[in-house]
Amino acid sequence: MPNFIMSYLGSTLTPGEAGNQFWALIYIFIIFTGVSIAVIAMNWLERKALAHSLVRLGPTSVATQGLLQPTARAIKLALKEDIIPAEADQFVFWIAPIIGLLAAFTVYTVIPFGPSQAVSDMNIGVLFMLGVSSLGALGIVVAGWASNSHYPLIGALRSSAQMVSYEVSMGLTVVSAIMMTSMNETGTGTLSMIGIVQAQQHQSVWFIFKFFPLGLIAFVVFSIAMIAETNGAPFDMAEAESELTAGYHTEYSGLRWSLFMLAEYAAMIAVSSIAVTLWLGGWMRPFPNLLSAPAWDVVFSLFPSFTFFGLAAIAMVGVARMPAHSFLRIQRIGLAGFAAVLGFIALLLLVIAIAGRSAGRHCLAGFRDSIDYVYWFVLKVAVFMYLFIWYRATWPRYRFDQLMRIGWKVLLPISLGVLLATAVVGVIVS
Amino acid sequence: MTTGMTPVATPFFFYMLSGLAIGGGLLVITRRNAVHSALALIVTLLAVAGLYLMLYAPFVAAVQIMLYAGGIMLLFLFVIMQVHTERASRDRRFNRMWPLGLAASSGLLALLVSAFAKGRALFPDRMLRLPESSNTQQIATLLYGEAGKMGPYTFAFEIASLLLLAAIIGAVIMTRRKI
Repeated sequence: MPNFIMSYLGSTLTPGEAGNQFWALIYIFIIFTGVSIAVIAMNWLERKALAHSLVRLGPTSVATQGLLQPTARAIKLALKEDIIPAEADQFVFWIAPIIGLLAAFTVYTVIPFGPSQAVSDMNIGVLFMLGVSSLGALGIVVAGWASNSHYPLIGALRSSAQMVSYEVSMGLTVVSAIMMTSMNETGTGTLSMIGIVQAQQHQSVWFIFKFFPLGLIAFVVFSIAMIAETNGAPFDMAEAESELTAGYHTEYSGLRWSLFMLAEYAAMIAVSSIAVTLWLGGWMRPFPNLLSAPAWDVVFSLFPSFTFFGLAAIAMVGVARMPAHSFLRIQRIGLAGFAAVLGFIALLLLVIAIAGRSAGRHCLAGFRDSIDYVYWFVLKVAVFMYLFIWYRATWPRYRFDQLMRIGWKVLLPISLGVLLATAVVGVIVS
Repeated sequence: MTTGMTPVATPFFFYMLSGLAIGGGLLVITRRNAVHSALALIVTLLAVAGLYLMLYAPFVAAVQIMLYAGGIMLLFLFVIMQVHTERASRDRRFNRMWPLGLAASSGLLALLVSAFAKGRALFPDRMLRLPESSNTQQIATLLYGEAGKMGPYTFAFEIASLLLLAAIIGAVIMTRRKI
């Protein structure tokens, strides 16, 4: 069994390509766990970052700096009474959060965390992602209708109109990025998520910088449209609490409500991954072609462990700064333990990074490479997740007519223009 | 694609997807509530997308999910929610047009049965098995042609897109009182 696992770590095929159901299941399990942890971390970060940008402290009481606040919240939600309104459509009310959650997590089958670190590499990866993530809107729309109440229904109507409007410009910018993949030496483009990143590697350019400024404009349009698509602030019209109480999930409570939140955050991570894959070079580390010397490989492979060392150091500083009071003893022990765990992970990553260098250890080298790929991919996505929080703290919510005007009169013409310009420039260049 | 890959196109999946499609279709016409019908239609459309995948047509499957299950059904729901479904659900479901509907649907059934019976003569007898990785390129070649030559369907494709353009402009003119 260990040999079987070790041989797989050096593999260069995705489980889907290799037709290996066992590894596909393991990947699915890892991704599901990872995304759930990311959603928890995002929840904490959102509270803290929002609070600090509004000159508040945010959660401070549940463990140090409120690190366990999301856990406490999850327990609260799980214990809360689950109410289904008597006048609601029982079955549809029950199935709506499940539709949203399924759509949000199905998308992760094609997200490439590395050249072989995806559940499957579909030939139509990008289309599949856009299609399935648009199904998530059905969950919201159906939830609003099934609640049989005015505010949720208005939220649902707004959401469906918003999704349909922004999907158009989103799709057009994606097409312009896909057209860029075809302008390499081979002359054929690709829709596969892995193929798109490989095309960027092949052409030695992230598509955000290709045909400057066309790639950049397409990227900006996509990143605006993806916020609207996932109901993020400042486009969260479907749950505008100042106008619609809580919008489409007004009647939801407890676990069902938390499923909606989980789906929303999972969808945010998913669309950020599309942006990273299409324009920011996916799993590639910075300058893979320019700084391709083995020495640079070593330098860049140290980044993951150093990140964890940094986090451990921050936690240790927190331990040192904690006031010496017997009331805080348990918190101090807990935070020191957390720092120790982070330090241990960092040490493990350091050992893998160094030992993977030495010759004759094929499987360890493969493992080290996977860590590098996943690290750079997750880092790029994390920047987007921080941006989502930042937008929320910065911009007031748009009015619905302003939202529609931006979608149809600003973003759509720009994305059409970028598409045409990319085609023209591509034909001239090639 | 590696050659040793286990095929997805097993009879189990075919019967499961067909069952889902037919069951969803039956629910569409028997539910009184229009939103329930729309949800059942989504199940049918997704099952048909799965059947396209089994026929090694991933591009068509993705477009089916994106346009029909995603976009068009969202618009369906948008419209249905603005209709007063309470009153509509109390109306009689079958009106005087039902003999016509029955005739039309049995005509379609007869066509499908005859196609199934004479299928061997009408269609190529071996399964067209394109490699999955070139499916999108094949469709592009058929629609747009390659190396400056028109593909077999280029003309029909352009005519269809012209028709769609006319429909879009017509829709815009109808919603605006004065241009």
